[in-house]
Amino acid sequence: MADSNTPVAKASPRSSPMQQISVALTVNGVRRELEIAPWTTLLDALRERLGLTGTKKGCDHGQCGACTVLLDGRPINSCLALAVMQDGSDVTTVEGLARDGTLHPVQQAFIDHDAFQCGYCTPGQICSAVGLISDGRARTRAEIREAMSGNICRCGAYPNIIAAIEEAMKAT
Amino acid sequence: MNSFQYSRAQDVADAVRQSAADGSAKFIAGGTNLVDLMKYEVERPARLIDISHLPLRAIEEPPGGGLRVGALVPNSDLAWHPQVKERYPLLSSAILAGASTQLRNMASTGGNLLQRTRCLYFYDVATPCNKRKPGSGCAAVGGINRINAILGTSDVCIATHPSDMCVALAALDATVHVVGPEGERAIAMTDFHRLPGDTPERDTNLGANEIVTAIALPARSFRTHYTYLKIRDRLSYAFALVAVAAALEIEGGIIREARLALGGVAHKPWRDPEAEAVLVGQSAERNTFAKAASVVLRDAKGFGHNDFKIDLARRTIIRALDQAAQGTPQSQSDKRIA
Repeated sequence: MADSNTPVAKASPRSSPMQQISVALTVNGVRRELEIAPWTTLLDALRERLGLTGTKKGCDHGQCGACTVLLDGRPINSCLALAVMQDGSDVTTVEGLARDGTLHPVQQAFIDHDAFQCGYCTPGQICSAVGLISDGRARTRAEIREAMSGNICRCGAYPNIIAAIEEAMKAT
Repeated sequence: MNSFQYSRAQDVADAVRQSAADGSAKFIAGGTNLVDLMKYEVERPARLIDISHLPLRAIEEPPGGGLRVGALVPNSDLAWHPQVKERYPLLSSAILAGASTQLRNMASTGGNLLQRTRCLYFYDVATPCNKRKPGSGCAAVGGINRINAILGTSDVCIATHPSDMCVALAALDATVHVVGPEGERAIAMTDFHRLPGDTPERDTNLGANEIVTAIALPARSFRTHYTYLKIRDRLSYAFALVAVAAALEIEGGIIREARLALGGVAHKPWRDPEAEAVLVGQSAERNTFAKAASVVLRDAKGFGHNDFKIDLARRTIIRALDQAAQGTPQSQSDKRIA
């Protein structure tokens, strides 16, 4: 079992049997290497280990969408993804969307349409919207609403969120 | 979440070997259900065997027709695959009726089969549950059982199977291919999940250390007369109260073949050959559909909060058969019920 696909288990600094595993992720275009316990979620790795706190922990059970990030370009719930299983993957968080000081068109559309109130769900909403626009499957308003149903907004900013996505979709 | 050891399987045989070597290990693929259950400490595996990198991601047309879907194909890829949308729209529709975009992107085909029930008491470790802790009792029978089963229940468990995809697979007569220590075998979809009986801790007939490798769809695909009609407490991103997969072959207004499978009502996707037989040879009209619904629900039993499901199921069956007969399948984005 000593081949390149086997995770490298390193002895814990303590004498407990806690397994630490080497993981390499490309996060927002930058290669990051971590030694992490296998039960660390991608969400916790991003927030607690890499300091990327734009991605939010809401329910921590895959029910609210606040933790949505793009994994190899597709929106997923980072709270349900174990970081060790994402070795070699490409992760984009809300911090990775702007380019050279210019907001991503979806970010700009959210501002233009006042598509949030408290803002806690917004990073997840924006990551889902970016994924939705890039896969091109949703076209009508009903399809956008359905494709975005995994992102809950407790403030109820849905009408403006949909309007922002429609505008960003037209612009891209 | 409890601490656990993590290892990666190199191939299917290695996965089976690793599982056989550690009785407390579990396979993990998409993880959307298992990681959640681990956070609630409903599941406490001592080891996770990561199978997500195994080469089981192909969707292929085997010689002889049909479609073979690798167990690690993400739910979203399966639902949107051109061959599935074109030839098996019932399957595509059912998958898109379930979960959210994010979850469908992570969840695997094999994992969807192995989802655990969303019974409130199965999730609540402070309450008795014969499925979670055999012999501890069932808190749902006298509890808040609005979402629980009305068909095929036992005295010790009234949980439902949560999948939408599996309801369509049951209707389509799919086959589950598995590999275990004794080699490969195929299990009919309708035999894959179990009724609770007195062993509700067993959801499926998958053996210890067996791994799902593929789902095979037969050539007959019912792409003209089908629907997946899912009724739930909110219009999206909720489990079914009642869901009906209906698929018909109709010639000259007469039903030549009928498939009817229900979700949200039993411990497994509910197929009833007697109800399907009632439809065959009859004209595709409401009276016929109502007779079939009566047959499906002849032994239905409510537990208080879920009594409404019996009438809801009757109406949903009739409406679904009507949608299928008309060739007007339920849209999974525009939720108005035609």
